[in-house]
Amino acid sequence: MQKIYSSAEDALEGLLFDGMTIAAGGFGLCGIPERLIDAIQASGVKDLTIASNNAGIDNEGLGKLLRTKQVSKMISSYVGENKEFERQFLAGELEVEFTPQGTLAERLRAGGAGIPGFYTKTGVGTQVAEGKEVKSFDGEDYILERGIRADVSVVKGWKADESGNLVFRKTARNFNQPAATSGKVCVAEVEEIVPVGSLDPDSIHLPSIYVKRMILGAPYDKKIEFRTVRQREAA
Amino acid sequence: MATAVETKGWTRDQMAARAAKELRDGYYVNLGIGIPTLVANNIPEGMTVTLQSENGMLGIGPFPYEDQVDPDLINAGKQTISELPSSSYFDSAASFAMIRGGHIDLTVLGAMEVSEKGDIANWMIPGKMIKGMGGAMDLVAGVKKIIVVMEHNAKSGDPKFIPQCTLPLTGKNVVDMIITDLAVFHRPDHDSPFKLIELAPGVTAEEVRGKTTANYVE
Repeated sequence: MQKIYSSAEDALEGLLFDGMTIAAGGFGLCGIPERLIDAIQASGVKDLTIASNNAGIDNEGLGKLLRTKQVSKMISSYVGENKEFERQFLAGELEVEFTPQGTLAERLRAGGAGIPGFYTKTGVGTQVAEGKEVKSFDGEDYILERGIRADVSVVKGWKADESGNLVFRKTARNFNQPAATSGKVCVAEVEEIVPVGSLDPDSIHLPSIYVKRMILGAPYDKKIEFRTVRQREAA
Repeated sequence: MATAVETKGWTRDQMAARAAKELRDGYYVNLGIGIPTLVANNIPEGMTVTLQSENGMLGIGPFPYEDQVDPDLINAGKQTISELPSSSYFDSAASFAMIRGGHIDLTVLGAMEVSEKGDIANWMIPGKMIKGMGGAMDLVAGVKKIIVVMEHNAKSGDPKFIPQCTLPLTGKNVVDMIITDLAVFHRPDHDSPFKLIELAPGVTAEEVRGKTTANYVE
């Protein structure tokens, strides 16, 4: 079975439809599947529900899909740094399901692990708990949160072997791993594809079973939201 | 005297330094954005404190040198950082398993309001600010000790340590300690009231009382 596709458009062929749910990896602009987001934008698919920690910034990452109004609902924990998002939300054009970051990560993980719901302390006594079942365990209250099973997940990896085993790099792993497992089909873009046997089996972050299709997305021009540095002390 | 007025209370750095006094050797700690981040500059010498970043890292190093900036290596505030020889990386689900599971010893967070019952509000102003809660709700639900560092009063002069929060909550009955530019309040457990335990230089208990609407023990 050939998992490697020649372009992001080809890799998404037949997977996209209006009203679908997409889980996307990335944290801020770190580790975002930018080639696949561009291809989703170009496809014109609309009325999307997107589960992603952030919504990109104004014209980067998922911000691109907001700009073209292809998104009807975001499931996110933090959407700052995005004026167009704010405008659409305040104008009632965009629905947002604010989900605590850890709850979102676990909802994706659980959905991908065949767990339809789980109880968590996070959000008890807050707006997040509204309309959710509350259950007491050992004298403490927990709320029921649902797993997320996405139609498609789009993720960014560092290296893949030809069979689809994936390795992430540093903090670019973030939501890519749980998002990958949450999708009925996961499409990955990576910086490098290496022959089978070149990755240490003990060091695989995402086993190949989750990756159904992939593309080589390089070369990347990775964006930094806040460049913070220190100065070398004079010798 | 004018000079005495100017030196009254703690600066942002001094508030962070005060929070750093709560660190203990071997602690795993998560620091929020803003003043809490400054706590990292005040870790006592000889003490091993490991900083967690909720986007998937243990062992946050200092800001990188210009030629070592790496877009794949950022903290939860999306700032570029560096790694340490002891660092490790993991995914977001594992990161919050650590947080929710009670493995993190201490977190320091900013807040817009804290109530006398230990409720905290720091994620939303209805109709105005819609950034979202990020990881704050998970942190206050799961971390063993919650310290809030905030200005004692808002820019308008309104107290921020109040009887009951008016903004949407981040967590209910979760705060253990409040450090402001004027004073420190602490409670030993979540059934006890907060107690004023320390005053910033030049600040009197009477002044704190006048600038606070929350009930607390002196």
